[in-house]
Amino acid sequence: MAENLGKWKFGLQRTRQKVFGKLANILAGKRSVDEALLDKIEEVLIEADFGVDTTLKLIEAFKEVVRGNMSWSEETVYFFLKKRIVEMVSFEKEQMNQYVIEKPHVIVVVGVNGTGKTTTIGKLAYRFSKDGLKVLLACADTFRAGAGEQLSVWADRVSADIVQQKRGGDAASVAFDALDAAQSRRTDVLIVDTAGRFHTKMNLMEELKKICRVLKRKMETAPHEVLFVLDATTGQNGMNQVKLFHEAVGVTGIVLTKLDGTAKGGMVISIHQKLGIPVKWVGIGEGREDLLEFNAESFVEGLFE
Amino acid sequence: MFEDLIQKLDVAVRKLRGMGKLTEKNIGESLRTIRRVLLEADVQYKVVKEFIARVQSKAVGEEVLRSVTPGQLVVKIVHEELVSLLGQANVPIRFGKTPPTIIMIVGLQGSGKTTFAGKLGRQLTKMNRHPMLVAADVYRPAAEDQLAILGESINVPVFSMRRTTPIKIVQEALVAARKQNCDTLILDTAGRLHIDEKMMSELDEMQQAVKPTEVLFVADGMTGQDAVRSAESFLNRLDFDGIVLTKMDGDAKGGAALSIRYVTGKPIKFISASEKLDSIEPFHPDRIASRILGMGDVVSLVEKAQEAADAKKMEKLAQKLRKQEFTFEDFFDQLQQVKRMGSLSQIAQMVPGLGRKVGGMQMDDDALVKVEAVIQSMTVEERQRPHIINGSRRKRIARGSGATIQDVNRLLKQFQMMQKMMKQMGRFGMKKFPGRVQMDF
Repeated sequence: MAENLGKWKFGLQRTRQKVFGKLANILAGKRSVDEALLDKIEEVLIEADFGVDTTLKLIEAFKEVVRGNMSWSEETVYFFLKKRIVEMVSFEKEQMNQYVIEKPHVIVVVGVNGTGKTTTIGKLAYRFSKDGLKVLLACADTFRAGAGEQLSVWADRVSADIVQQKRGGDAASVAFDALDAAQSRRTDVLIVDTAGRFHTKMNLMEELKKICRVLKRKMETAPHEVLFVLDATTGQNGMNQVKLFHEAVGVTGIVLTKLDGTAKGGMVISIHQKLGIPVKWVGIGEGREDLLEFNAESFVEGLFE
Repeated sequence: MFEDLIQKLDVAVRKLRGMGKLTEKNIGESLRTIRRVLLEADVQYKVVKEFIARVQSKAVGEEVLRSVTPGQLVVKIVHEELVSLLGQANVPIRFGKTPPTIIMIVGLQGSGKTTFAGKLGRQLTKMNRHPMLVAADVYRPAAEDQLAILGESINVPVFSMRRTTPIKIVQEALVAARKQNCDTLILDTAGRLHIDEKMMSELDEMQQAVKPTEVLFVADGMTGQDAVRSAESFLNRLDFDGIVLTKMDGDAKGGAALSIRYVTGKPIKFISASEKLDSIEPFHPDRIASRILGMGDVVSLVEKAQEAADAKKMEKLAQKLRKQEFTFEDFFDQLQQVKRMGSLSQIAQMVPGLGRKVGGMQMDDDALVKVEAVIQSMTVEERQRPHIINGSRRKRIARGSGATIQDVNRLLKQFQMMQKMMKQMGRFGMKKFPGRVQMDF
């Protein structure tokens, strides 16, 4: 795990040099708050996909604090922004689901196409089985070519069981069968992989609702968790994605993937602010260990320090 | 795809439209709104900055200040800048002179390369080519399975090999393609991060080893600010030939597309939506551009009117009006000038707000023809002194022009009203005359 944290830190290091470097250059030899400084802060935040609203809000808050105090050191600027943003993305530990209060603990993984749902599931399954939990994977993506095969490879890698049907089958019935199997096999965690779908496609969103409905019929408390997988490179559209998925099936947490690239994933701040949905995991690579619990401090340090 | 963005920009500049006088304040306010709209559509920060700077420098230029409709001219500048962001006409895929043509598909993970490869394969089959899909992704679990299933569904051969290097796979695929008479190879490479040195140099090596005819960079249409960073890195490594935008069926506003094109200078060749294998479209920037311009172009309308109007005749007409001598002959001249500007529906396209509503509807150019015929059936005296046109003259004119007596009556009545109007206008001066003739047939 330490090695992985290092990897994340390394990923962040790059952004740190870049972003910090940029801001530091502006601030070098400059100690008063002027338009140029505000512009630079704006640029850094917008380029991290914070979005216009959140960026303006932060800048307004900053102006409010500096009012009448025209000389600021660069450390205080960072300190202020960092503190503010950490506050914006933090959530109570209780919101982090406690696994296996009830057997099986059912997790449904959703998202638009190509964000890394199946890879995330592989990594989650690895984590749970490493903790000695019995994991069952359900391939409710009966649409994409090769989806079942991809999940099977992961199931082998992390020695988890898998339930699947042939391509073109009914997604909800796979979920139902999988929950049935999980209950009879005394499985600890059931993870349901769903097909990537656009939040704007009504019929596909209905299918997703049906998957959750069917699970609930079999087990009243299921699904215990609905994880939305968000690609860190996603722009302002991310808000609408999460909003519509949330309205359909009640998203309980976000997995922010592909954070090992140059994208910062700043969208999650607005999402947390507007919808109250926290980031729970971050994906930082394709290996089975490349999934970390979200840490607000590290995340924000990646943007500024 | 750009509808939403275009519409929002339209709203942002609409305020300027009617403005006769531009101040720094009202331009500044509109530019701020435009800036926000672009940023919210994920256009990259620096691209937005340059866009605004260019619009601003043009908008305070002399041409605008001297223009008859400065607000409208600013709208035109915004439209033109948007069009230049989009690029020119569609750039199709190049095929090699000697087969096989090799098309290499590259991009980040999850951008939709494999699905696009399948769609392209299908498109090429429709063009009577014989493509082969090559699974050059040896990393993602079951990537070759996905391609195999896609290939089967579109009836295109798929080449794959396990436990070897991508370069070796492509080399073997070339041999297989010759044997199977395939003329186009589509290389589906593994998704990779642009900062992954090892994976990026693999692409370098592959490009040098197989010398692809065409390299296409696949980008997710929903990408945010990072789009430019990854596209630039891929460009520096591979100098790709074109861009493919995927996932355009969501509600993303497509700002990433504009930024990538602008920053790399490479054309967007395809846009792709949904996983159905038919939904791929060659991208035609000029068509979107004409739609943007179709939002109303009063400037060209005014320019056209000025071109069409003969200055000397206008002066003469103005004098006549001052003396209140507007005749059917002058009216006929006016009609000819309007006709020189184009058909009524073309003119309507240029009127803000009207263009989209009219779209395709047939405007009644025939009505004008009828009016012309009626005037042409009058004698010179009748044209100069319309009040002499009595009942029997009306009957003759109707017969001569093929119109009914009612038509002739209606025209005479409208002409009288027009004369009355002209008299009133004559009192206020003639400066704005050319744009104000009311013709309500």
